[in-house]
Amino acid sequence: MTTLSSPLRATTADAPPSSPGPRRRARRTPRDWLRDGGLSTLVIALPMILVFGVFSWFPIGRALVMSVQQTNLISTPEFVGLENFVFVLQDPLLGKAVANTLWFALLALVFGYPLPLAAAVLMSEVRRMRGLFSALAYLPVVVPPVVAVLLWKFFYDASPTGVFNTIAGWVGLGPFPWLQNADSAMPSLVLEATWAAAGGTVIIYLAALVGVRTELYEAAEVDGAGVWRKIWHVTLPQLRGVLFITLILQVIGTSQVFLEPFLFTGGGPNNATLTILMLIYDYAFGSSLGGNYGAATALSLMLAGVLAVLSAIYFRVTRPWSS
Amino acid sequence: MAVKNQAAVAERGIVSAHDRRRASVRGSLGVLQGGLLATLVLAGLGPILWLAKAAVTPTQDTLRQPLGLFPHGVDWANLATAWGRAEIDHYFVNTLILAVGAWFFQLLVATTGGYVLSVLRPRYGNLIFGLVLATLFVPAVVLLVPLYLTILDVPLLNISLLNTFWAVWLPMGASAFNVLLVKRFFDGLPREVFEAARVDGAGPFRLLWSIVLPMSKPILGVVSVFAVIAAWKDYLWPLLVLPDPDNQPLSVRLPAIAPYLELDVFLAALAISTVLPIALFLAFQRLFLSGAGLGGAVKG
Repeated sequence: MTTLSSPLRATTADAPPSSPGPRRRARRTPRDWLRDGGLSTLVIALPMILVFGVFSWFPIGRALVMSVQQTNLISTPEFVGLENFVFVLQDPLLGKAVANTLWFALLALVFGYPLPLAAAVLMSEVRRMRGLFSALAYLPVVVPPVVAVLLWKFFYDASPTGVFNTIAGWVGLGPFPWLQNADSAMPSLVLEATWAAAGGTVIIYLAALVGVRTELYEAAEVDGAGVWRKIWHVTLPQLRGVLFITLILQVIGTSQVFLEPFLFTGGGPNNATLTILMLIYDYAFGSSLGGNYGAATALSLMLAGVLAVLSAIYFRVTRPWSS
Repeated sequence: MAVKNQAAVAERGIVSAHDRRRASVRGSLGVLQGGLLATLVLAGLGPILWLAKAAVTPTQDTLRQPLGLFPHGVDWANLATAWGRAEIDHYFVNTLILAVGAWFFQLLVATTGGYVLSVLRPRYGNLIFGLVLATLFVPAVVLLVPLYLTILDVPLLNISLLNTFWAVWLPMGASAFNVLLVKRFFDGLPREVFEAARVDGAGPFRLLWSIVLPMSKPILGVVSVFAVIAAWKDYLWPLLVLPDPDNQPLSVRLPAIAPYLELDVFLAALAISTVLPIALFLAFQRLFLSGAGLGGAVKG
């Protein structure tokens, strides 16, 4: 993998020499620009400018405008001030969706945050067949998410002969209702989501563990530290940066969870798995009468705002020790 | 002893080489790692093996004894039925077309963009780079609705891309992570080679095609593999912009046809949809496991 990573790492070290071509005091005329190859540069830049312009910059700007407009594709858009935001904030389903999304995020942290770390630390101590360990851990990540959800939906069959209920029956438990019950539905979604994502986090931690300075282990041993104290005082502090990145990534990812509730339960039972992104989807595309695009954009901007504030606070708090 | 330790420094982990030789340490480490391996086989490989088994098992066996091992024999016809009668072949081809087109546009935008920003460096380069980087900080959810309306009525052209593959291909090209990745790779290439080519009379197009791209195969490989995988995984976006079932990829069709298929045929369809991503993973394992795909997670 050296061929891959070394050029990436080298970028900051040997920065390229400053841009070629004559630097002139005098104003450049369009003719100078043409002669210096300005036109062909622009032609080569065109795919990036057009694709980003039309499919990224323009829609982002449009989101800001749409959030203060009444738009439904039928009548002409009309400016309504903060009405969309008021509509969303007064929607009785919003509280439910926010609470469910927070519940999902919290459960995902409890299931999915310590597990990959523990697995990665243990795997980094493996001397033989380490590749086999990481390949097995990563395998669920490559399964297409839709296939994974549909497969697990069958595993979660509530009858005593369902796959998971059969296994639970071997140890005298169950049968559990899994997705059918308002209390167990969300943990069931999180279990599948954790299965599908944990391998990626393990790989990130494994890569970070390679960079841990091993001399410090020697020093800790001289001071009489055992395995646990070495992990706690040497390994984990050196992983702070990456632990912080995975935490932020996980919060940003789980706050936009859609696939699992959409395909497993459709938000049910009794809205127990309705998430913020599902509510946005319902506003915009859920009704055949034409979407409430203004409300959908308003809610997505509010979510983006909360995420931005969260990451900013987290950066502030952890800056003293994350660099 | 000290000399031995020196030699082990490069390779040592949390447990020292000295401790590793102790029977009690080696024993507990072995038990822990054996347990981890068993768990990984069960959790990582288990569901996939189960799917492979269920794909060739009659429906009644899967329902009555989901964990039995072929109680009434193997039913290979499931695969053929799924492929032919359930039209998985058609949706498989759609998925391939989407993946190849998305791969092409991601590569086109990332290489030309990275080349302009890293090598040609026009005066407006920094502004564009800033705008490209800024999109990394906008969560995907913000784009969902306005991008959908943009597809319905593309600015400048005033046409609708709804129900065309362009609606999936082009937005996937706007990946800031790809541009960043390729630009940083180009930054690390030796400038002297570019200067020499310029002196020999190579223009900017020739320089890109004959010098820069051939030197950049590793990074083009990374971008390619992850472009194909991302297109294969995509669900919500193709669901929105490809409402006509004739154009839909596997990910969108599978949940839709589930109620109309017999269970064994449906599970065979799921298995068929999983084969290509797993084959790509096995073929390019080192690429996936090196952490190069971190961007997939960032894009969220």
